Amino acid sequence: MASLVAPQTLYDKLWASHVVHAEDDGTTLLYVDRHLVHEVTSPQAYEGLKLAGRKVWRVDSVVAPADHNTPTTGWERGIAGLEDPTSRLQVETLDANIRAHGARAYFPFLDRNQGIVHVIGPEQGATLPGMTVVCGDSHTSTHGAFACLAHGIGTSEVEHVLATQTLVAKKSRNMLVLVEGALARGVTAKDVALAIIGKVGTAGGTGFAIEYGGSAVRALSMEGRMTLCNMSIEAGARCGMIAVDDRTIEYLRGRPLAPRGELWERAVAHWRTLRSDDGARFDREVRLAAAEIKPQVTWGTSPEMVLPVDARVPDPDREKDPVRREGIERALAYMGLVPNMPLTNIRIDKVFIGSCTNSRIEDLRAAAAIVRGRHVAGSVKLALVVPGSGPVKRQAEKEGLDRVFKDAGFEWREPGCSMCLAMNADRLEPGERSASTSNRNFEGRQGAGGRTHLVSPEMAAAAAVAGHFVDVRQWR
Amino acid sequence: MEKFTTLNGLVAPLDRANVDTDQIIPKQFLKSIRRTGFGPNLFDSWRYLNTGEPGMDNARRPLNPDFVLNQARYQGASILVARANFGCGSSREHAPWALLDFGFRCVIAPSYGDIFFNNCFKNGLLPVVLTQAEVERLFHDVAAFPGFRLTVDLAQQLVSYPDASRAFRFEIDPFRKLCLLEGLDEIGLTLRHSDKIHAFEERRRAEQPWLFG
Repeated sequence: MASLVAPQTLYDKLWASHVVHAEDDGTTLLYVDRHLVHEVTSPQAYEGLKLAGRKVWRVDSVVAPADHNTPTTGWERGIAGLEDPTSRLQVETLDANIRAHGARAYFPFLDRNQGIVHVIGPEQGATLPGMTVVCGDSHTSTHGAFACLAHGIGTSEVEHVLATQTLVAKKSRNMLVLVEGALARGVTAKDVALAIIGKVGTAGGTGFAIEYGGSAVRALSMEGRMTLCNMSIEAGARCGMIAVDDRTIEYLRGRPLAPRGELWERAVAHWRTLRSDDGARFDREVRLAAAEIKPQVTWGTSPEMVLPVDARVPDPDREKDPVRREGIERALAYMGLVPNMPLTNIRIDKVFIGSCTNSRIEDLRAAAAIVRGRHVAGSVKLALVVPGSGPVKRQAEKEGLDRVFKDAGFEWREPGCSMCLAMNADRLEPGERSASTSNRNFEGRQGAGGRTHLVSPEMAAAAAVAGHFVDVRQWR
Repeated sequence: MEKFTTLNGLVAPLDRANVDTDQIIPKQFLKSIRRTGFGPNLFDSWRYLNTGEPGMDNARRPLNPDFVLNQARYQGASILVARANFGCGSSREHAPWALLDFGFRCVIAPSYGDIFFNNCFKNGLLPVVLTQAEVERLFHDVAAFPGFRLTVDLAQQLVSYPDASRAFRFEIDPFRKLCLLEGLDEIGLTLRHSDKIHAFEERRRAEQPWLFG
């Protein structure tokens, strides 16, 4: 029997199921199920609520950690370990706001389950399929791995969601990114994400909601899927998502905030419908062959400035478009690189394994497997491992990964955003160069004057040992 | 929110693509819990020769003479002409706050990062989208004519030259236009739909109770 409803994409379904009100011009009030809050983008929002005499619409939708500013050392000193007075004020302001307004769950600085907001959401089962998830942080796209409509918002919108449980939004267009085939050994979700960005460009997804599909995506673990969805914003798309399958459901089973018993069964039955219908129409489709994706290394100051590890630094003289050529020249000058040098000749000063992109247990296992029994190169000044959360850290310690890293000369730190954006003490000094598993290689992102190369955890670990980039596919 | 109706202002150019919000306002200045005071640190790492930290006396820091906004001819500019994908990256609303605090009320570019674009409207900063060719024309003329000004008329959706020799029409979402013209409080507008939000919420609670509590 022919269906009366046109086939829908996953995004169409998520959008339609959250429409509270729509104007004729498409301006829509969209209901928000989960509001993740952190210390950097929320103080002005709570202040705005207070000034207007408004209260939080639905306290049980709010889940919050302090993560961006928090130090990754000195926790034994308690709150005194947060030495920077401005950071401390921001963290304490979040404490006070959550105390005053409430939350379903709060993971303050020093809490044993504290961690990066995009790690703890899924870890706690606060992120569930079919939800709208928002946060004043652009990497909220991470939660799309659970078939959520999840994206970053600004602080005014944080205030709007706190006060009304809705967002004023317009629907994006649908983009399908298909990765078919099997990834080679040493090629990870991070490499897939970077390869996609390299292909479509850093604005290629602007105005689109991306759905990732294909056999290579289905074969990824939930951690890998989170890494992939996390980087959607680096392709310009506010959100990226992946359909529910058995792996999604198994990941969530038994999580602290996930439903139990009869409710779990009902939830699972609903979650299984969260996939694009056969024949659903996408406004744009992009295809990649998994087998052709190599380990990726960024060479410039935008995530689209990325190449396979066996390539050479680009030559601006070969670029015909003047704006692009100038962009390459400026990036090479900032990065201190010369055209045509092999990427594997780039020597690094610091290594950062962490961030909402790559700080989950699977990432740490993969990096540990590379460094086990080896040592960080003498030329590398600092190699950091920053687990994504307290539970990730404890799991890694249970498996002895902390010893592997420490024996190899890495520092084993407390959880937080850390050197991904260097709001705490973990940073690059001017001119220093990193191999980093984070998500942005913007100028100064990891510290003023710092030079960032984005790579997978395996690639970062291998670079730490070698002192320069190496093709991890040849790692023995 | 401050209204935006018409603006006649001095134009400054920022001739590079993919300017991310980390450049507009670097992370060390995000530790403030206020919405104001970010102007002195707008484009901080391009604008000064030393590394900025919160609490510094910015008036005493060495300026980068090569950075365009430091040039005498662009002092007092309120319109910024920029390249594609302006404001990509981080969702930090501190980026529009810093542009406003510096004195900009309007940005003109061929395209923007989605979240930044959205954030501008919440703060009375108008992000105008013109075509690549029109923006190219503006880059040319702002360089060629010292003191180059533009008039931005939101009601008419026009960017025009003061001598009326050229005018570029731009598109804008009607709801956003109304909010800017009237300086409306979006939360107040949404709360007029409180009954609908409650009704939606109760239906959802009945259908998917695991999302609540």
